[in-house]
Amino acid sequence: MSILEVKNISKSFENTKVLKDINFTLEKGEVLSIIGSSGSGKTTLLRCLNFLERPDRGIIKVNDEILFNSEDPNTLKEAEIRKKRLHFGLVFQSFNLFPQYTALENVMLAKQLLAKQLPEYKTDKKDILNDIKNQAEELLIQMGLHDRMSNYPHQLSGGQCQRVAIARALALKPDILCFDEPTSALDPELTGEVLKVIKKLSEQNTTMIIVTHEMSFAKDVSNQVIFMDDGYVLECGKPSQIFDNPANERTRQFLSHYNQ
Amino acid sequence: MKQLPIVIGSLNIGFLQTLKLFFVTLIGSFPLGLIIAFGSMSRFAPVKYISKLFVWIIRGTPLMLQMMIIYYFPGLVLHNNIWGSGEMGRFLAASVSFIINYSCYFSEIYRGGIQSIPIGQEEAGLVLGMTKSQIFFKVTLLQMIKRIVPPISNEIITLVKDTSLARIIALQEIIWAGQSFLKGSHGISGAIWPLFFTMIYYLVFSGILTVLLGKLEKKLNYFR
Repeated sequence: MSILEVKNISKSFENTKVLKDINFTLEKGEVLSIIGSSGSGKTTLLRCLNFLERPDRGIIKVNDEILFNSEDPNTLKEAEIRKKRLHFGLVFQSFNLFPQYTALENVMLAKQLLAKQLPEYKTDKKDILNDIKNQAEELLIQMGLHDRMSNYPHQLSGGQCQRVAIARALALKPDILCFDEPTSALDPELTGEVLKVIKKLSEQNTTMIIVTHEMSFAKDVSNQVIFMDDGYVLECGKPSQIFDNPANERTRQFLSHYNQ
Repeated sequence: MKQLPIVIGSLNIGFLQTLKLFFVTLIGSFPLGLIIAFGSMSRFAPVKYISKLFVWIIRGTPLMLQMMIIYYFPGLVLHNNIWGSGEMGRFLAASVSFIINYSCYFSEIYRGGIQSIPIGQEEAGLVLGMTKSQIFFKVTLLQMIKRIVPPISNEIITLVKDTSLARIIALQEIIWAGQSFLKGSHGISGAIWPLFFTMIYYLVFSGILTVLLGKLEKKLNYFR
């Protein structure tokens, strides 16, 4: 059983078709990279998975549970969608950290708000909040930020911000962690430290979907690569196949820009 | 010299009325402004356009005129002076006029503040499973407050002096009190110096506010 099944996802904005019948599956513990030129629909696909956009058509299944089915109005309710989002984590290109909170508070906030809904919150408040803090600290240590926990985002470098954002997404223990061009806002030096963290996560069998322009990284870290163009999945396969023996002419053309 | 304590006493009573109008206006218009701001950002077109029309009318006409209409219209045209007679009636009418007028200005400042928060902040909250109200109160509100403190400070300082417009419906605020010695009051007449004294009250009060609002602005400087 695949952890994620995406079937026939289509999405239009106004009169522009951005996603055209997208299909793929992802196995637990594996890493899927999505490559393709800007405007090919990669980011929109990630946003659909995180329910920031609603697909016009298609089915999204996680662990065999249908999260979204355009034919079934019961799966489209706003209140339900909030819970379903928690299956996915999303790391943004521009980090989107909350500026008024420290690194540690950024990681803890969502968990603290969710904990308030627990029936045992009133009686065990102290223990629950302590647990959340310990987990958040552990995550930041794992990201190499043990000495940056009480810093505010504006006091951190871009690479450090992005690592806080990764910790923040991991804090909710999503089934699938999505990255939307996580290093595109960073200079090459800072890119390295973020990619190292993602690589480490893949070694710990974190299920991830990564939209990226870092081709050598995608080749190195992925179990599966999707090449998108003009809203279609043109090619899907193992990294060795996509990068070394692309079957599609358009894939070959796209990759040639990176191999020069 | 005998006149000084008499004048100071009168001006103090007038300034108390000025302060009352000032604070009542702020307390009323801060929340009302937020409601109008949400109205003018509503996705429901009628609410949006009615809010915008209202803001246009209130910002596009003089506060002094609005106050005269609000005070005199019920009594003269509807033959029902809802404000009641005397100083209390004038104070009520002035308060309502000021609250409506200032909430329209505040609503535009709020709207600018809310719309200046990058959409990524809301989206980050959404993917972390937060509700819309959690996102507003825990994420965007403080960022919005930080951005609107300088323009709101400006309006607050303006309000200190605008309260004097209530003189037009004979509210007994500090200008009214100072002017009374021009016409004759407490056996003093033809004296213009009490009006100069009122300047000191305005300057001291707006000075204190400037310092306090500056402190608030600094306090919010811990993040960007």
